[in-house]
Parts: sequence; C-alpha cells; structure tokens
Amino acid sequence: MAVTTPTRPAPAPRPARPARSSFAPLNFWRSTIGKKTVMAVTGLLMLAFLIAHMLGNLKIFYGRDDFDHYADWLRTIGEPVLHGAWYLWIQRFVLTLAVVLHAVSAYQLSRRDLKARPAKYAHKQRAKAGYAVHVMRYGGITLALFIIYHILDFTTLTLNRHGVEGAAYDNVVSSFSVWWVTAIYIVAMIFLGLHIQHGFWSAAQTLGLNRPNRDRAVHGIATGLAVLLTVGFLIVPVAVLAGLVD
Amino acid sequence: MKLTLRIWRQAGPADSGRMVAYEVPDANPDMSFLELLDVLNERLTLEGDDPVTFDHDCREGICGSCGVVINGQAHGPRERTTTCQLHMREFADGDVIDVEPWRSVAFGVVKDLMVDRSGLDRIIRAGGYISANTGSAPEAHATPVPKPIADTAFDNATCIGCGACVAACPNGSAMLFTSAKVTHLNSLPQGAPERADRVLNLVEAMDAEGFGGCTNTGECTVACPKGIPLDSIATLNREYLRASLGRK
Repeated sequence: MAVTTPTRPAPAPRPARPARSSFAPLNFWRSTIGKKTVMAVTGLLMLAFLIAHMLGNLKIFYGRDDFDHYADWLRTIGEPVLHGAWYLWIQRFVLTLAVVLHAVSAYQLSRRDLKARPAKYAHKQRAKAGYAVHVMRYGGITLALFIIYHILDFTTLTLNRHGVEGAAYDNVVSSFSVWWVTAIYIVAMIFLGLHIQHGFWSAAQTLGLNRPNRDRAVHGIATGLAVLLTVGFLIVPVAVLAGLVD
Repeated sequence: MKLTLRIWRQAGPADSGRMVAYEVPDANPDMSFLELLDVLNERLTLEGDDPVTFDHDCREGICGSCGVVINGQAHGPRERTTTCQLHMREFADGDVIDVEPWRSVAFGVVKDLMVDRSGLDRIIRAGGYISANTGSAPEAHATPVPKPIADTAFDNATCIGCGACVAACPNGSAMLFTSAKVTHLNSLPQGAPERADRVLNLVEAMDAEGFGGCTNTGECTVACPKGIPLDSIATLNREYLRASLGRK
C-alpha cells in the first residue's frame, strides 16, 4: 500500500528577528502596526488639508477679484510674525513629508502583504470587503500621479494653458475649459472619495478609536467626508466646463 | 448524495501540489465534512491510494485542529462553524466542492490539507499567558471584574487558534488571532502587570513569523468560527499604541 505517514518537516530555522532597538520609535516604525499608524496619522493630516483646500476652491464663485485676492492671501498667512511665504513653505514641507511617509509605509506594507500570501486559492474567494477596499492601492498610486499633475498644472503652471502667476482665476478657467483636463480631475476625485471612504474608517481602527457603538458613526462620517470632498472638488471644474464660471 | 471533491494533493513541503478530483457517490447529508473525508480515505486506503491528510482532533468545534478552505471559504459556507461541525446537508446532491489548505507563507503545507501552524504557538509563547503562582485557586471575589469586561474577555478567549483568520485574509495576516489574545488578557486585572510587555512581544513575534499586516478588509471576522469581532483589532492597535508611548 502506498500509504505514507505525514511527517512534520524539521523545524525550519526561524528568520532571525531584528534585534530590538533601545530606541523605541525605531521598533515602532519596524512593526506592521507602527507603519499603519504612520499611515493613519499622515492620512488624517492630508484629509484636514483637503477639507480646507476644497472650501477655499469654492471662493471662485465669488468672482475673479475675490478668488485672486484669496489666492494671494494664501502666500501671506502668518505675516507679520512669519516672513512672507514662510507659512506656505512650512505647509508644503509638512504635506510633502506626510505624502512621502504615507507612500513609503504603504509600499513597504504592501510588499510584505503580497509576500505573505503568494499562493491564491483555486476556488475564488467571496470577498466581504467593498469596492473601496479593493482600490486602495491602485487608487493611492493614481492619486500620487494626480498630485504631480495637479502641481504642474496650478503651482508651477508648467502645464497650464494660461499660466500667469497671480492670475489664479484665469489659470483655473483655462485648464478646466478643456474637457479632458476636467475628465482627469473627475476620475482622480472619484478615486479620492473611495480612498477616503475606506481610509478614514481604517485610520480610526488603526488608532484604536473605533468602538462597537461608534462603528456606524465612523462609517457614516467616512462616507460623508468622501461624498463632500468628491462633490466639493468637482463642482469647480464642472462649473467651468459648463460655462458657469468664465 | 453524490458529490465530487476537488482536493489539494501535495506529497510534502517540497512538492508543488495540484487539485485532484474524487467522486464520493455514497455521501450522507448527516455526515460532517471530516466524516466525508474519512469515507473517502477508507476507500482510497482499500484501493491502495494515499489517503488525504488533514488535521483534526476533538470534532466538537472547540479544539481548533481542523480547518480547510471549502469553496474559497475558510471552514466552508456556514457562519461561525468549524469544518468538523459543518454537515453535508449544507450542500446539494451533485455539487462539486473545492477543498484546499490554509494559504499563507507563515503556514507551510506539511502534506495535502495539513499545514504547519506552529507560528501561532510561537506568538502565544511570546506573551499569550499571565504569570501566576500555581497552587489552590484564589478566592473568586478577591479580584472583582465588571461584567462587560468579563464578557469581552470571555468572547475573545473563545479563539481556538484554528488559523481561519489568516487563511481568509488577503494579506495572510494574523492580526485577529493576536488581537483576541491581547484583548482577552489585557482586559482583565490578572493580565494587567504584563499588559505593555505582552502586546509589544506578541506583535513582535507576529511580525517575525512573516504574517502580513492588517488592511482592515474584515475578511477574518467573517471566517472566524468563534465570531471574534473586528473591534478586537482596534483594541490591539490601541494597546500597542499605549504600550509604545510608554503609558503603563
């Protein structure tokens, strides 16, 4: 009979654990939960910025003078305590750091996750998680590329058709008058909404703020923020394309 | 019932493995899933074939030994049920059923449907216990525990360490398992003295085993035969942050 008794393989040598550092933040950064916490904190920081950014955009409906004046004021926040544009550069530095930390954590964790489950099941799994969860990684990459495009469009004005410094209103109108530029923004903002819908709840979970009796509320706020930001950001390009702002 | 089983056959850790189809013409709806495999194995043995290797022990749903992925779902289609407590009445005559081992790089396949789950034991060894002097049981009223906290601890103590959470997770993460241990012991006064060390050591051991990280997909809690909630993962994260910030 060809019966073989299963034998446990000799215990494989365990991968040597990285020696625990006496510097606690390093241990924290090395752990999966630590990196996830970094993603949660930087994500919430970017979210706070986006809410302010979206509300500021809506000032375009007050007309060219108001909008250009507002855009100019953004460069002078903190004066006279801070020198001209210092606050702007501090904010740029902090946001860039947040994006980099968020992306590096996501990359390292994703690599680890993909390595942890190399073999797929022959029978496809029925997923419980919604669409937003499945597009977190692709959505994140899409948003990173979009941010680069967006900065080239409205900050450096490299890709802007009008491209006159200080003429924020006209720069916005010139970009969004082109249908495919608006289309890029629509796609990116839908990904942004999906990213926030899972990301906000996930951040609350990672920071240990979720409780059973708060779960519905946190999910509700996540969906609310996702819709608010997607719609709020898209009103401007759609209004320009529709000729409501010119 | 006539059933077709497509079972993962793998001679050993070094073998690449494949799905092999077996007909079971004489299945009974009242059989458990493991009994169905027993019936198949008896036949395979008589025919001189190698029987299908699978882990099992109590067959009462409380030991955590059994566990296979049935039609893409850890422990099969029935909620909060281990493989041994899943009965063939959940399936229809003529069904084709795919049976696969837990998949995770931290769970190597030993043979067929049997995987090496000792990684979970090493996580427990890192702090899934309380240090107490043995001897006669202490007076129960000496350490009062509020009812809601006792309930939380009990709910998490029901974890049988079967590994279904790891099998269901798209990242092969053991966060639900680890969170059940941390929530169980760190909620109770008996676990308080080692509270910070426990969570730091458990997470370090979990990461060292090569399990993936948590992306909050929630697949684990659906697969868990004991219904350990996602809230336990929030508790684990909270305990980890607290310990990392040096709060006692």
